[in-house]
Amino acid sequence: MINLEMTQKMIEIKNGMNGVAQSMLRPISRHYDDNEHQYPKELDVFRSMKIMSRPKKKKKDGEEQNPDKPGAKKPGSNLAMTITIEEMCWGDLGLLLSLPNAGLGNAAIIAVATDEQMEQFGNKWASMAITEPGAGSDSGSITTTAKLDGNEWVLNGEKIFVTCAERCDIAVIWATVDKSAGKAGIKSFIVEKGRPGFKLDKLEHKLGIRSNDTGTYVLDDCRIPKENILGSPEVKQSTEGFKGVMKTFDNTRPLVASMSLGVTRAALDFTREKIEESGIKLDYEKNPNNVSSLEKEFYLMEANLEAMRLLTWRSAWMMDNGEFNNLEASMAKAKSGRQGTLICQKCCDLLGPLGLSCDHLAEKWMRDVKITDIFEGTGQIQHLIVARNILEFSSKQLK
Amino acid sequence: MEEKEFSFRMSEEQRTMKETVARLVKDVVAENAHDMDEKKAIPPAFIQKVWELGATVSVVPEEYGGYGMEHSPIMNTIILEELAYGDMALAIAATLPSLFMYPILDGGTDDQKKKYLPPYCGASYKPCTVAINEPRFKFDPVSMETKAEKRGGTYVLNGKKCFVPMAKDSAHLLIAAATGGTNDLFIIAKENPGLKIGDREKNLGAYALDTYPVILENCEVPAGDRLGGDQGCNYGTFLQKTRVALSAIGTGVSRASFEYARDYARERVQFGEPIAFRQSIAFMIAEMAYEVDAMRLMTWKAASALEAGRDAKREAYLAKLYAGEMTMKITDYGVQILGGHGYIRDHPVERYYRNGRGIAILEGMTIV
Repeated sequence: MINLEMTQKMIEIKNGMNGVAQSMLRPISRHYDDNEHQYPKELDVFRSMKIMSRPKKKKKDGEEQNPDKPGAKKPGSNLAMTITIEEMCWGDLGLLLSLPNAGLGNAAIIAVATDEQMEQFGNKWASMAITEPGAGSDSGSITTTAKLDGNEWVLNGEKIFVTCAERCDIAVIWATVDKSAGKAGIKSFIVEKGRPGFKLDKLEHKLGIRSNDTGTYVLDDCRIPKENILGSPEVKQSTEGFKGVMKTFDNTRPLVASMSLGVTRAALDFTREKIEESGIKLDYEKNPNNVSSLEKEFYLMEANLEAMRLLTWRSAWMMDNGEFNNLEASMAKAKSGRQGTLICQKCCDLLGPLGLSCDHLAEKWMRDVKITDIFEGTGQIQHLIVARNILEFSSKQLK
Repeated sequence: MEEKEFSFRMSEEQRTMKETVARLVKDVVAENAHDMDEKKAIPPAFIQKVWELGATVSVVPEEYGGYGMEHSPIMNTIILEELAYGDMALAIAATLPSLFMYPILDGGTDDQKKKYLPPYCGASYKPCTVAINEPRFKFDPVSMETKAEKRGGTYVLNGKKCFVPMAKDSAHLLIAAATGGTNDLFIIAKENPGLKIGDREKNLGAYALDTYPVILENCEVPAGDRLGGDQGCNYGTFLQKTRVALSAIGTGVSRASFEYARDYARERVQFGEPIAFRQSIAFMIAEMAYEVDAMRLMTWKAASALEAGRDAKREAYLAKLYAGEMTMKITDYGVQILGGHGYIRDHPVERYYRNGRGIAILEGMTIV
């Protein structure tokens, strides 16, 4: 039965995480933007927390454990995660990306690692290296190679735009084991820091999320043990493996959309505060053409934020309910990435000089939020995915 | 009471109702919407078919002639979206008795319920209507120029209303007016000598729906016909419910335009391939798809708040604002994707575009 009223449990998660964001991230937000790449030592307290872990196997017998009062409805883990990420990004997006042991690489390891690999790497901080200078959105065309030589893989290539490139312990590197096999030949490998031939080449200077150390790796005859491959080394004729990797994006796109929700809401909350300080009361009742342009703009932004959030929550909720959400995840990200960018720009506009000055965070949010329309598939790629789904076209028909 | 689960999934009952209305729309309206628009009339048999679903009467308590089922704003948004997907004029006309009856159900006195509900709970559809909009620049449903002044045991109403659906055939009207500091609704019989119904209006959209101006000149209404009696009614909640309903209608009209344009773009061949092979068209269609969904979700969210008995002022306002803006955008895209063909009345996107303009402008035309 349709019900979009937040449950008590969802409100608890939201309030709890907002408290964390407010007390731990906001106070250091400007500092780590000014001091690009400096390691945010305050986040070390998160190291001991298991932010990402494998879901425990469900108990088959006995009743479900429910420590809460009877009747309390717990949200699924993906929905809970979108709420958490929105709140944390309301605090600071760059710092959220810098939470120890919670990188994309960790997500990949949790998804496909063997028990032995989990044992060895499960407690390490893992970055994810996919993009190359010549392969951005077209990640199927990567050229980094992995060749098996006895009991070792030998990796060669260059990886760019790696999140947490410096502060991570290990990296999950995408490489092809057989270029002629195309996407079917692409595999991922765990490379530990300090391996000979594996070098952090440089850190990028960016528009936003400056607190995060985005970097470039160079792999020059880097040798790793044969066991460091994630998933099967076998090159199958089909592209199922690659598609499987792409499917993990259906899980992470709602999370990126949530990042936009958080930053966007931060900008809107600040703008609302200033509007109300100036004596304007937002009453949500008058004909929107009978209020000032500033108020109408604000209402429209609020409505858009609500639209972004509901599309995002739907895609996460579908995952929790075991429904295929490829279309909905891309819808959420397409809408949230773009609209979040526009709203944060507009907030700066409405704030006037306060929106331009580095005495406030609005200008930073405008820079930070832009990444959500870019990473994990640009807005344009999301539109392509949505359109192909809706029109039932293949990637050959709709390029 | 046990807390409801947060869910995007329709219940069995909701799904069944959606499918039933969709089938009715497909069988009865789909082929005829164009004709209804051209002839500027809805065949009464179509309206009767919708009436026979029983959605309106079902929520009226048995003592007033109904079936005493639970009143569900969410269910009503589902019904309205499906009806408006078929035709916006039909959606408003066929559910019009709800617009008159729900406010009486929610806030009427016992006497008002006894007097005004049973006559409209019959097996045959009988129009009764509501007058909110006023024919003036800067109209605002929360600062009306139609005034009600209390003189002894009666209220005297003066002012002008417009877009009053089916006023000519309605025996009763619920009319909104400002009374001192509050906004009120008054139940007025058509025969009231102070009430004049003007000539049928000619509007941009919803050609098939007959709407009228209503003029109130020293219209005397017994104090007992002020909705809610001495206490008055909760006008704010009434407005919320009509705003959520208009959002649902916007969603239906937009979905119709989106689906038509999507199918057209797949089939229309130019430069040797379907026009939807081009990103400029495909991306418009993608945007239409997620905005229709966003509109529906915002409608559901506001309806969820209403269903929980919570004040939905903010949610309803934002849902209507969003639906108003997006319906214009999406129905515009619908015409644009068809190009010159979209401008020709043979294709329904032309009608959707005209109809869709009303979502942002209208108030109090339909209710959940």
